[in-house]
Amino acid sequence: MRVLLFGRLADVAGWREQTIDPPPATLSALKTLLSAANAALGEALGGKGVQVAVDKAIVRGDAALGRGAEVAFLAPMSGG
Amino acid sequence: MSVRLAREPFEPGALLADFCRGRAETGAVVTFTGIARASSGAVERLELEAYPGFTDAEIARMADAAVARFALDDVLIVHRWGEISPGEAIVFVATAAAHRRAAFDAADHLMDYLKSRAPFWKKEHGPAGARWIEPTEQDLADAERWDS
Repeated sequence: MRVLLFGRLADVAGWREQTIDPPPATLSALKTLLSAANAALGEALGGKGVQVAVDKAIVRGDAALGRGAEVAFLAPMSGG
Repeated sequence: MSVRLAREPFEPGALLADFCRGRAETGAVVTFTGIARASSGAVERLELEAYPGFTDAEIARMADAAVARFALDDVLIVHRWGEISPGEAIVFVATAAAHRRAAFDAADHLMDYLKSRAPFWKKEHGPAGARWIEPTEQDLADAERWDS
């Protein structure tokens, strides 16, 4: 599973992209895993205006994740 | 309808010439070019992050909606991403319609959307360091004009 961070989330985490193996089965399990590794990132992921895209489509709430899913955490967008 | 994310600088005049070519039935073409500002020396460069495959798809969805809403013949949107220097064009929007009012309104509408809702993450680098930019209250209010 590929995990991508955009905007200030990448600054908080200190990385932009990570491969996670074995992949968690749900979005909530993925967030728990990321928070356990980096509490500041965990907090930032729950911040106001943060959205999640799975395979480049926005999802709201929890979601099942396929083994090869691409999960992107999107900080509040700046516009162009 | 065409949406492009451009890593390298582009020439707005060349885009306009291409866009206008062969349009015997289009009465009006309106373009907007946004240029990166130095803000009196406070900004040395812009870093614009995009999510290719997502950012362009979201902009294309908005462009399709604008084509329907304003009965446009065509739309072209070119948006830079990556490292941008002051003075470089950052966004180019062209709208084509039978009459000027629809073309003006659609370009205005698309720019308000791009400024506040397009999936980009913008960081300004300057002598005082780097900071993330979020849409201003004015940007948000401009976009809301079109929501009703």
